[in-house]
Amino acid sequence: MTKVLVIAEHFDGEIISSTSKTVNCASQISESIDILVLGDDNSIALKASNIESVKNVIAISNQSFEYPVSSIMAPVVAEISKEYDCILLPSSTFGKDLAPRISAILDVNQVTDIMSVEGPRVFKRPIYAGNAIQTIKIAEGQKILGTVRTASFKELGNSNSANVIEAEMPDVHVPNHTRFIKIESEKTERPDLQVASTVISGGRGVGSAENFELLYQLADKLGASVGASRAAVDAGFVPNDMQVGQTGKIIAPQLYFAFGISGAIQHIAGIKDSGTIVAVNKDADAPIFEIADIGIVADLFEFIPELTSKLG
Amino acid sequence: MEKILVCIKRVIDYNVKIRVKPDESGVVTEGVKMSINPFDEIALEEALRIKESGNAAEVVIISIGPDDSQQQLRTGLAMGADRAILIKHDEEIEPLTVAKALSEIVEKENPGLIMMGKQAIDDDSSQTGQILAQLCDIPQATFASKVTIEGNKAIVVREIDQGLETLDIDLPAIITTDLRLNEPRYVKLPDIMKAKKKILDVIESSELNTEFSSSIEVINVAPPPPRESGVMVNDVDELVIALKEKGLLS
Repeated sequence: MTKVLVIAEHFDGEIISSTSKTVNCASQISESIDILVLGDDNSIALKASNIESVKNVIAISNQSFEYPVSSIMAPVVAEISKEYDCILLPSSTFGKDLAPRISAILDVNQVTDIMSVEGPRVFKRPIYAGNAIQTIKIAEGQKILGTVRTASFKELGNSNSANVIEAEMPDVHVPNHTRFIKIESEKTERPDLQVASTVISGGRGVGSAENFELLYQLADKLGASVGASRAAVDAGFVPNDMQVGQTGKIIAPQLYFAFGISGAIQHIAGIKDSGTIVAVNKDADAPIFEIADIGIVADLFEFIPELTSKLG
Repeated sequence: MEKILVCIKRVIDYNVKIRVKPDESGVVTEGVKMSINPFDEIALEEALRIKESGNAAEVVIISIGPDDSQQQLRTGLAMGADRAILIKHDEEIEPLTVAKALSEIVEKENPGLIMMGKQAIDDDSSQTGQILAQLCDIPQATFASKVTIEGNKAIVVREIDQGLETLDIDLPAIITTDLRLNEPRYVKLPDIMKAKKKILDVIESSELNTEFSSSIEVINVAPPPPRESGVMVNDVDELVIALKEKGLLS
């Protein structure tokens, strides 16, 4: 049976949902799935062991994994990967940064953004920002190395208790040419963009950072996460980690609200797997209406407060 | 540093609405406007700014692709690059092969910094820079939104899913560039004239040691499944009703 290794993504002591979604993709390839957790203590490995479908969690605890630095992780992952037929990482900035270094060490071609499993070696992936879908086949006998487009796979349940194997740091050369300085993250009480079932996004039409308060109020009423278009991030209304789209986060909530977003192709690439897309824009010709399930031509400064109050 | 090497790819211009070929073998490129991959253009702009600030002596651009890629290299020379190299190869190439071919040039040119876009907007792979970094055993800073050169180090701010990360990396290194790093300059007519006199070396891919092959076979390329057409509503009340009908509001 194909032996699959999923590389866990974690941040701030928590396993990120992208890991579970990647395991979901793996479960469509094989029943033999292990997770590799590289961290500076083993508490994260225990959390990974709860993800359904996982057989073993391989935990390597080392100070050098305090922050995820790809040039340090890659030789370790490549060494562990030797025992596996298929290595999967989430197609987040973490996985995109790390996977190609593994490709180089193993001398294996990598598939980016697996969006569906069509057969044990056949996958679909988006190209041209999702405007075309490529079906690819990996040659027999070749290791599979891929990143998984997390918006295409649901998170699995957390009722498992897989074996946790505490492994030694393999004897590989780990470089010291890359030093982590800091990370600046916006702390928010709202759900994560990648996890939230409802996402409310604002674009250039929102006009200012202060006006985003309208969206936050609506979001808090709906238990929603708040995102933004590239235009809103570029204008400085909100920080970059809120950006939804081809260059930001690719999401698939059940319900997506686009307020004052014109609908540039790069933004649509990030939301088109959403269940229901609601677009509010005062420009009746905005391209966002072409893909919206429900559209309203309205002034969002009147519309949002009214919607917020009527949901109360 | 002496030299920055910037890798650029010829792609369908980002304003073009792409069309899938009827036989599903790929997308239509005949008669379609081609440009420098926009992320690579940002990389080139950053390299030129580093040179203009006195931190580099020369900016060399390189591309791998069909002979027509010379057009994009000429544009890069007009932007201000000093010379260009084309590795001529007509077929589609996987990032691993591209990186191997580039590593042969890196060995010869010995740049102090290598830059390229964080991904190409055609295959969206986002691999080449990182593979090249590993092949050369040097640091990488991907998705860069701020680059500061400090002697033989670079301080790079990266746009990652969790926010803005800052890395301190030794040079030589590879930096891949994100959208917010800078806004590339416009090319002026006199610069286009000047660019015609700059050196553009063409190397046949067969002259390299790299084997141009792949274990990934493209079976087909199809348009994405269309979304069902939506409805327009007139006000908040109609929206609330529509969402309740879909079971999205209680």
